[in-house]
Amino acid sequence: MSLARKGRLITLIGLGLLAAVYVRALAFTPVERVQGPAQKIYYLHVPAAIWAEMAMFLVGLAGIFYLFLKDARLDRFAEASAEAGTVFAAIVLTTGPIWGKPIWGTWWTWDARLTSTLFLFFLYIGYLLLRGAIADAAQRARYAAVLGICGMCLVPFIHLSVYLFRTLHPQPIVLKPSAPSLPGSMLVTLLLSFGVFTLLYVGFVVQRYALALGQEQREQRSAHA
Amino acid sequence: MGDWLSQAWTVARKDLLLEFRTRTAIVSALVFTALVLTLFNFGRDPTAVPTIDLAPTILWVTFTFAAMLAMNRAFQLELENDALEGLLASPLSRTSLYWGKLLANLVFVAVVEVVGLPLFVLFFDVPVAPVLGPLIAVIALATVGFVAVGTLFSALVIRTRFAELLLVVLLLPFLLPPLIGAVQVTARLLGGRPLSESAGWLRLLAAYDIAFVTLATLLFPFTVEE
Repeated sequence: MSLARKGRLITLIGLGLLAAVYVRALAFTPVERVQGPAQKIYYLHVPAAIWAEMAMFLVGLAGIFYLFLKDARLDRFAEASAEAGTVFAAIVLTTGPIWGKPIWGTWWTWDARLTSTLFLFFLYIGYLLLRGAIADAAQRARYAAVLGICGMCLVPFIHLSVYLFRTLHPQPIVLKPSAPSLPGSMLVTLLLSFGVFTLLYVGFVVQRYALALGQEQREQRSAHA
Repeated sequence: MGDWLSQAWTVARKDLLLEFRTRTAIVSALVFTALVLTLFNFGRDPTAVPTIDLAPTILWVTFTFAAMLAMNRAFQLELENDALEGLLASPLSRTSLYWGKLLANLVFVAVVEVVGLPLFVLFFDVPVAPVLGPLIAVIALATVGFVAVGTLFSALVIRTRFAELLLVVLLLPFLLPPLIGAVQVTARLLGGRPLSESAGWLRLLAAYDIAFVTLATLLFPFTVEE
């Protein structure tokens, strides 16, 4: 089976499972007392947010290894991860306001975590723009690695600075020092959804990686011909 | 160590001498600063928004935008006659080259700030005299960080089309932490609050400087590798 097909298969399985998770979220998970049905978007929003940041981290990590090993596979992975991350950041930025309108009474607010996701999104766009602006493959890979590493290091600074600025956002209820305060059934749904998003990330990255590989091969063929 | 620093100084001196002889970039940057400051006066309703509330924003948006314009200059200069190839062929370490460019950019931005600050005080009648020392320290602290990142990125974009535009797009997300920090500290200083109240922000600015100066020094050699 070709790489692109494997990626497509993983993505399709992921999408199927996502539907299943939502059946569980809507029918078998209790409705949150204060937020009501609006809270259901949480199972999309939070896993997407986690993967949007993880993807940036992996772009930076791939960049570090690329600069030492000069392996084109790492660069292809970084490109794929950045594009998948852009999609996840876009999901967060879309689902956030949809939830914010009924709960906060406004589509947009300069809340800390909203702002950091927005800047993460800008970071991804800048990264992809830089890649698009450089023609030479080796140079593009090196420059992208440098920017990716800087991006990875910027994320905690953005978090810290916008957090110090002010926050309206619901406080973390799962990843915090004390025990998770999310009811068990909701936590299970969230973890299932996180698993599904992991699968989706892998599916997206594998497909995008196969695309980059195909593109390179075609360029090489046309260079030889 | 001493050798490395003296090499960096040689590069910086070359850039600054070139700048001093032509003066196009520095004069443009200074006029730009003055123009942005005047624009800010008309970009608000003076009867509704008191100047002091807007003062930190005016100061920092002006400084960061002027600095971004200045950053393009560093490597664009070396594109003419393939001067960069010459620099790379010379017995000059890559790190010294970066530090030379960084020093020249810092001097350039510092000149803009030295002229910009009195203009800002003159135009907006902001009482900076009692907090001048801490204010200058904050300006220095914030400037070092984003000029370090900007110098690195200007090396990334020089060979692309629309380099000026791309640099701004890449750099703006990186300006966010120093900009927020600088505005917050400046607002507290101008409001007569003690510096100790801004300890968290000052730590953030210092951490940003250390992290990104180190990172840029380590990463720069990869941007000029053949």
